[in-house]
Amino acid sequence: MTKSLSSPARWLRQEAPTSLKIGLAVTLLWVLAAALAPVLSSFDPIAIDAANAVLPPSADHFLGTDSVGRDILARILYGARIDLLMAVAGVIGPFILGTAIGLLAGYSGGWIDAVLMRIVEVTISFPYFVLVIAIVSIMGPGLTSYIVSLTVVNWVTYARLVRSETLVLANADFILAARVLGFRGRRIMFRHIFPNAIVPSSVFLMTDAVLTIVLGSSLGFLGLGVQPPTPEWGVMIAEGRTYLGTAWWISLCPGLALCSLAFGLSLIADGVAQILDPEA
Amino acid sequence: MKNTLVSVEDLTISFDTTQGAVDAVKGVSFTIKRGEALGIVGESGSGKSVVCRALLQLFAPNAKVKRGKILHEGKDVLTMSATDLNAYRGEKAAMIFQNPSTHLDPIMMVGDQVAEGLMIHRKLDRAAATKQAVSLLEDMKILDAPRRAKAYSHELSGGMRQRVMIAAALACSPGLLIADEPTTALDVTVQAQILALICKIRQERHLTLVLVSHDLGVIGEMCDRIIVMKDGQIVETGTTEQILTAPQADYTKNLIRSQPSLLPGREEHAVSDKADIVSVKGVSVLFPAPRKLADIIGRKPGHVVRAVDEVSLSVRRGGSLGIVGESGSGKSTLARVLVGLLKPSAGTVKIEGLDQGKDRARVIQMAFQDPYLSLNPSYTIAQTLSEPFKAHRLCPLSEVPARLKALMRTVELPEELLTRKSGQLSGGQRQRVGIARALAMSPDILIADEVTSALDVSIQAQILELFKRLQQELDLTLILISHDLAVVRYLCEDVAVMRHGKLLEYGRSAEVLRNPQTEYTQALLKAVPRLIESKAGNTRP
Repeated sequence: MTKSLSSPARWLRQEAPTSLKIGLAVTLLWVLAAALAPVLSSFDPIAIDAANAVLPPSADHFLGTDSVGRDILARILYGARIDLLMAVAGVIGPFILGTAIGLLAGYSGGWIDAVLMRIVEVTISFPYFVLVIAIVSIMGPGLTSYIVSLTVVNWVTYARLVRSETLVLANADFILAARVLGFRGRRIMFRHIFPNAIVPSSVFLMTDAVLTIVLGSSLGFLGLGVQPPTPEWGVMIAEGRTYLGTAWWISLCPGLALCSLAFGLSLIADGVAQILDPEA
Repeated sequence: MKNTLVSVEDLTISFDTTQGAVDAVKGVSFTIKRGEALGIVGESGSGKSVVCRALLQLFAPNAKVKRGKILHEGKDVLTMSATDLNAYRGEKAAMIFQNPSTHLDPIMMVGDQVAEGLMIHRKLDRAAATKQAVSLLEDMKILDAPRRAKAYSHELSGGMRQRVMIAAALACSPGLLIADEPTTALDVTVQAQILALICKIRQERHLTLVLVSHDLGVIGEMCDRIIVMKDGQIVETGTTEQILTAPQADYTKNLIRSQPSLLPGREEHAVSDKADIVSVKGVSVLFPAPRKLADIIGRKPGHVVRAVDEVSLSVRRGGSLGIVGESGSGKSTLARVLVGLLKPSAGTVKIEGLDQGKDRARVIQMAFQDPYLSLNPSYTIAQTLSEPFKAHRLCPLSEVPARLKALMRTVELPEELLTRKSGQLSGGQRQRVGIARALAMSPDILIADEVTSALDVSIQAQILELFKRLQQELDLTLILISHDLAVVRYLCEDVAVMRHGKLLEYGRSAEVLRNPQTEYTQALLKAVPRLIESKAGNTRP
């Protein structure tokens, strides 16, 4: 990691990769939008106003209204809160659990590794989406069950990434050097292997955040995610699907919002990958 | 001029990098005469490989030719059309590369790779091409060529792969052979065989040879004329005789002085007379070879590789032992046993101090071969060097900065480098950091495992110098592991020659090198390119 010795702000201006700058800008814009939702829009995202249903974009309603007359812009802004929360909460759990297990398996080897990797294989052999849906159905829809199901299903990817990286690092010359220098196992694991082993998975983390939002939206679309009338982009896209021919704005606007946030996060992933590459 | 095969005129090539455009080759002009052997010598970053690849219009995607021409029989190689280029490559000029294991296709039988060119350029059918490929492999002195032609590259040894690559390059009988470091990845005895093969083929086929190498010894042995390059420019051009005996440029003089075969031998009287600090008795290290599934089910015992086979030797306190051998000799395995990374399967290792309960890390330390791999890439130099002090509480935290500065002085590095990461250092600087890290523990014994083999010769000479100084000043016991007898002769009072895990010869280095007892040691000694020694004898200090 190229940490700046001067101020982070200066580093960001001068040395950060362009993709990281754009990605951060787009994502930050959505964070601000979510935080300032009440300021940016005076409409209530939940209250039904049947008189103004299915209005096309106009000076009053910049992005139009949906089938029950709610302002789409307001719902997108409030929805950003839910979707950003899902992105962060959905990857943190799997990342921590997966990294810990991958590190343990890769560094200790032997039967610990064998047992953990069989668990990984069992988990992976279930179709991803089916497993998520199963857990959500059992626990009932909502944010908690969404996070739990993702953690249970998604840690395996991180575990495998970190384990394979750990295996390579354990035989790297600088790890041998650390062993020759008589450092304890704990120091070698946390100071030398860990920071290098999480490089690929931290890049994947950003990409995964995108996938997680899409998954959350898909669940919303299926009625297993966030429940109406709470504004959530996936739910909004689903609600608009019957009006696609006549009122395109109901689905398209939250769809574009989802795309732009995904785009921002992907660019951050790209930039992080460039910074974390120790050769650069 | 009829005599000129290729003339390179004012060639300037730049690379687009993140730091902007960098000129790798700056206005280089030279000619290659028909039938001659031209050597291009230079250290890493000299642009020698870029120039020789340009002769075949092979460029990295970020390379750009800014100026210049390469005329082959009057035609400019750099502006050739794709069709002309295909005819030129392989039929007029061909190239062999440094690493035969990565330049052969792993999923194609080697015979087919030789035959491929014949089918494309000569329009031969498969049967005829294969037949000719086999005869080419025979010309390259590959035994049992019809069977070997059906092998894949991973089934062949390094030397064998290089022979295959030469066969493939010569398949369509090009007049010009360009060899880019053809023997650098090979053991010295194999290197000697490959060089002899290239020499013989050159005479038989009247080839024009361009040999690119960092090794002046190899170039001096093989070439009629030498071009010395540095930082993308030609420093000096002349006949081999001129360059080796009367170099004009300071750079060339330094390059010749740095040749390991020209390093003086260690003074014979300076031998430690203290008691043994390390004694190794009958040590063997066995590795189980991977077993076939059928053998595991049938409960057949697996094969065992004897990486180290009943080796006994000792080192006196303050003394120096060189362990010499080629790849697979077991020398690095033995080093790993000494530092405690591996346990011996049999035999005993006694290191003075360990039996009194002293921490092994404070008695014996090691510097590693590849300075690019042996430092944690995410650490600054200060972090790397301060870690031993912190982990072992060698001194109060407040003293660490002063200790680091002292260490940097010891290995002759400027203090400013402490804030850098290893990626921002040169190979030689990184190797010094690796040595400093080992010295941080103030060990009695330092093992240096091929510490100079990844470095340029002039850097190698400086690192060897450093070791010599450190040994005297710090009263270190030095165990040097190397494939290079000349390096061992320079630094070590004793030498042990290993092969296939066994100790072949062991004694005072002056004695062993003057009067080698085994054929293998004699072959090792002979294999070191030494023509330069006779030709350049009078430049010796």
